Amino acid sequence: MAEPKIKLDEVLHVAELARLQLSDDEARQMQAQLDSILGYLAELDELDVSDVEPTFHSIPMDAPLRRDVPVPCSDRSEILAEAPESEAGGFAVPLVLEVDS
Amino acid sequence: MAGYEPVIGLEVHAQMRSRTKLFCGCPTDYGAPPNEHTCPVCLGLPGALPVPNEKAIELAVRAGLALGCQVAPHSRFARKNYFYPDLAKGYQISQFELPLNEKGHLDIEVEGEAKRIGITRIHVEEDAAKNLHGIGSGAVTLVDFNRAGTPLIEIVSEPDLRGADEAEAYLKKLRDILMFIGVNDGNLEEGSFRCDANVSIRPAGQTELGTRAELKNINSFRFVKKAIEHEIARQEGVLQGGGEVVQETRTWLEAQNKTVSMRGKEEAHDYRYFPDPDLPPLAFDAKRIEALRQALPELPEAKRARWQKDLGLTEYDAGVLSAHPEVAKYFEAAAEALAKRADKMKASEAGKKVGNFIQSEVLRHVSTDGLSATFPVGPSAVAGLLAVVEDGTINGKIAKKVFATMVDTGKSARAIIDEGGFAQVTDKGAIEDEVRRVLEANPSQVQQYKGGKTGVLGFFVGQVMKATQGAANPKMVNETLKRLLDAP
Repeated sequence: MAEPKIKLDEVLHVAELARLQLSDDEARQMQAQLDSILGYLAELDELDVSDVEPTFHSIPMDAPLRRDVPVPCSDRSEILAEAPESEAGGFAVPLVLEVDS
Repeated sequence: MAGYEPVIGLEVHAQMRSRTKLFCGCPTDYGAPPNEHTCPVCLGLPGALPVPNEKAIELAVRAGLALGCQVAPHSRFARKNYFYPDLAKGYQISQFELPLNEKGHLDIEVEGEAKRIGITRIHVEEDAAKNLHGIGSGAVTLVDFNRAGTPLIEIVSEPDLRGADEAEAYLKKLRDILMFIGVNDGNLEEGSFRCDANVSIRPAGQTELGTRAELKNINSFRFVKKAIEHEIARQEGVLQGGGEVVQETRTWLEAQNKTVSMRGKEEAHDYRYFPDPDLPPLAFDAKRIEALRQALPELPEAKRARWQKDLGLTEYDAGVLSAHPEVAKYFEAAAEALAKRADKMKASEAGKKVGNFIQSEVLRHVSTDGLSATFPVGPSAVAGLLAVVEDGTINGKIAKKVFATMVDTGKSARAIIDEGGFAQVTDKGAIEDEVRRVLEANPSQVQQYKGGKTGVLGFFVGQVMKATQGAANPKMVNETLKRLLDAP
């Protein structure tokens, strides 16, 4: 097999960033699948695009803008009812420790 | 020992003063109960479509123009991906490639030396939600999304700053400009103007940069200098002890007077930016940029220079009167009104008089809150008061009393003078009667005067002013005294 286009530790790094826990088998499976996707995309490298503007958006249009006028907000109780936990009007999540004490 | 040279770059996040959020119509007002100002867009619910706020984009361009940037005819929004409870979508809508403004600068002055600090870019992004730690039951973090989606500009400087003093001067001037152009309310305590500092040190003379630490949580001008100075000293300690500075995020703990490492931010710098597919490019044609440039309010530095040139102010006075945009407006309105009301008064004379009076009497009654300010009376009322001083109706001393009554009652200077008998006594006969009474009551001082001690004239003036409760025209009192005393 040729040199894979993505290394196993790159797969694990991306998984870490995405908060995914992969077993060894899953990681190798992902590597193989990502490798074939990257290989497929590599065909594009054969084209000369030096004169082509990069595409940032699939529809050729400029962003429509909105006037700065307030509109009614959502009902807080309805929104909080969808959250697993809420307290004192806030979404409650596990305590975040920002600083080593 | 060869010294170290600090190298500092600053990232300022400034909330823009639009009424609604960057991508939805929720209001940006500060202080609402938690999560009352939210909707599917700013909560990051699937399927919600962000639409940029025209006003916020214009404010960002205004900031770019005021700081000498090139405004991009086409700029893009990008997704900055990271996981944190203050970010419901898992990404922040920001700008990466092709930001709205690039290549600006800010000129600062430290100890009389001018220096130009480069501004790499000013891009638009949405604010995150606010986390409240250990509140309520204490075992949870509560997330309030009222702030989520508030429009921000991030102003990134070049690493051109060489010390804590320069960093402080840069931040103060930046805040001043953003307030005067109405982009930001300058409120560090409420977090609408926030600063992160990238600090590194290197041996003096070395061109290569040292490893930097990113300092967060510098939310007052008092802390800026202290936090940066402490961080420089910490890094010097590390290097001198034979260690290496680690690239990390640190936060300033004011209570403990030190910076500490922030846990769990190590991998946070891999943001995997990519263009946001929900948002097409932002277009600005040259005509629109030029129109915004023309509409740019006068910058504080230009204003101070003009006041010194045309309105008779010293550099110090101009500084005091331009400490807040509303005070500056007030001064200009009052000076213009006085020049109009008083006959033949030059703008420079009116400016000087109004400037002095505002500094000595008005400012102590003024309170400011962000971009708004409360004044005891309007600028035209102050001009009205100074106009009746000018025409001789009252003197400067009485004017202070009348002003105090204006503040208490809200009445006009003219009404107070008419009601309170404050009008200056300019009746020749009445003044002469009072002068005669004072001279008769003080024969020994009269003898002294006639014996050549003319300095007692001031004593007589004081007595007459006291007897008339300050209402006599001092010039006429002086003349009458001299006439009677010098009479053979």
